[in-house]
Amino acid sequence: MIYKETGQYKSSYKSDHAIFPLLQDKIAFSTLMFIAFLIIPFVINSYWEKAILVPFLIFSLAAIGLNILTGYCGQVSLGTGGFMAVGAFSTYKIMTYFPDMNIMIIILISGLITAAVGIIFGLPSLRIKGFYLAVATLASQFFLVWLFNKVPWFYNYSDTGQITVSERTMFGIPVTGAEAPSYATYLFCLVLVVVLSFAAKNLIRSKMGRSWMAIRDMDIAAEIIGVPPLKTKLSAFAISSFYIGVAGALYFAVFLGAIEVTESFDIMTISFPVLFMIIIGGLGSMLGSFLGAAFVVTLPIGLKFLMVDMVGLSAVTAKHFEITIWGLLMIVFLIVEPHGLARLWSIAKEKLRRWPFPY
Amino acid sequence: MSVELLNFIETVLNGLMSGVMYSLVALGFVLIFKASGVFNFAQGVFALFAALTLVGYQTGQVPFAHLINELFGTNYHNWYASMPNFLAILLTMVTMIALAWIIERLVLKHLVNQDPIILFMATIGLAFALEGVGDLMWGSDVKVLDVGIPSGGSIWLEEATIGLAAEGSDYYGMYVDVLNIWATVIAVILVVSLALFSQYTKTGRALRAVADDHQAALSVGISLRSIWILVWAISGFIAMVAGIMWGTESGVQFSLSLIALKALPVLILGGFTSIPGAIIGGLLIGVGEKLAEIYIGGYFETGALENWFAYVMALVFLLFRPQGLFGDKIIERV
Repeated sequence: MIYKETGQYKSSYKSDHAIFPLLQDKIAFSTLMFIAFLIIPFVINSYWEKAILVPFLIFSLAAIGLNILTGYCGQVSLGTGGFMAVGAFSTYKIMTYFPDMNIMIIILISGLITAAVGIIFGLPSLRIKGFYLAVATLASQFFLVWLFNKVPWFYNYSDTGQITVSERTMFGIPVTGAEAPSYATYLFCLVLVVVLSFAAKNLIRSKMGRSWMAIRDMDIAAEIIGVPPLKTKLSAFAISSFYIGVAGALYFAVFLGAIEVTESFDIMTISFPVLFMIIIGGLGSMLGSFLGAAFVVTLPIGLKFLMVDMVGLSAVTAKHFEITIWGLLMIVFLIVEPHGLARLWSIAKEKLRRWPFPY
Repeated sequence: MSVELLNFIETVLNGLMSGVMYSLVALGFVLIFKASGVFNFAQGVFALFAALTLVGYQTGQVPFAHLINELFGTNYHNWYASMPNFLAILLTMVTMIALAWIIERLVLKHLVNQDPIILFMATIGLAFALEGVGDLMWGSDVKVLDVGIPSGGSIWLEEATIGLAAEGSDYYGMYVDVLNIWATVIAVILVVSLALFSQYTKTGRALRAVADDHQAALSVGISLRSIWILVWAISGFIAMVAGIMWGTESGVQFSLSLIALKALPVLILGGFTSIPGAIIGGLLIGVGEKLAEIYIGGYFETGALENWFAYVMALVFLLFRPQGLFGDKIIERV
């Protein structure tokens, strides 16, 4: 009843190709955008910004990036942390060399630099696939983190090896640095995420996106019908790295403000969690990237609240518990719904369509 | 012999021995991958868990002591002061077999016929869960593991080689850790007995049959499930040996589980499906790493190449031979 499409006729190609073909979807999406842009900025406080909303937006972007590569083009990558580090360090270096440049432009350029790096590390994908490729992408993770950790030029020869963001403004309001108000950082990330998600969604529906999926489903067959593997795979690596690079730039400039590369971009803190996001959210689904990111960002907060505040365990024991539960949840999720939260949502939609008279 | 040559030999020797350690971890990966098609990321955590358990049994720690004490305000720590090494190792083995059984029951059974990437993610989950359980059970502090394997430089080798250098040169003989020599001996014994086991026993043959073709094995009446439990148990045993070796060398702590990451380039170099590949790949990576550290590392003032050098080495190799050194030839059909 709630979700019925009866009576909604598509009378032009344009309406047939709409991203949200159903009226219900349009209403839901507009409401969501209304809340996100016009309500949350007025009620947001520092805790919600730092703990939930900004990390959620940033990781959604990283998840979209990885989903393009792994979910749509079928190339498993474990190098997300390394690529995010490229985005972060490009932002830092551009910031120091061009103090007057707009932060939005800096972040987009960092994304382009990451895309170039992504193409280089995507080259092995032309020869190897599957787990061999997954392990090969680990090379990028280790090499890039080592590079940023060991070559002092990247962190401007600072003694600690840390990089720290300086204050930048958009329309006169600081969006980076310690003084930035919560609503500004939130809106800055939100605008980027919304624009880039629309771009990604449309890319996926374009010729390029279709050739990615052809390569994913059966690469040899795709090659035979005329999809060029070189161009397709490398474009997937480039665009995926662009998204991940922008996410890394935001992670450094807007979210953390100061980072130490071996800690912030470790394989355990970035690469695996982001991979987990897209698997739990749903491989090859835009919605899934957001759902997965939301799940992964909020779960530790919920667990910590439950164990430290409710049961009264010490922080260390709670941390161990968190790791255990984390691992168990991953397994349970994979057993119960290997296609992720996005699949659960489509099942729910199917149910809502006939509810409350299913027969 | 010139000092340079002797130094070179020493480096290669040390590289070979650290390569044996890598091979030990890679061996566990290969066994599971061959038999069940699972890329077991938890292999490193297996080693950590085995080492933690071994220390726990040795020193008589009460499992989950921290948790119990915090929840009930009690103060339990140790049951007994010490346990003979032999008994502790035996108990750890039993624990690892039980663990294999639990994993098959709770995880693998439910994931039959899923995509390889899903299975891989499940083992990452397993790695997290096992690490958390290990920490909860035995505490996360760095522990000293001593099962009576001697360590330190081999004085015999040092004295034997000191005379080889030319008269009057500043040469103090080769430095090779006795622990590494022991590791090599144990690894060789392990590999030979594995080979004999899979060649000459009925279960071993069943194991090879499963590795070859799941369906054909099923159709001649081999129980896949029991073979899987067996394989995971053997991998657990190998992880225990690796855990003992690495734990003795650098203490039992979280970083032990990262040896899994060290073993991955060994795997792609040697091929996921080949036991000789795992061993030779391990040796190659070990030697390559040590040589690079000494002969290339000097050009970077920063050093510490070992984190990624093995990966780059494996990657370059892969460009020429995508299936690894001894991997099955990849035949693709549409």
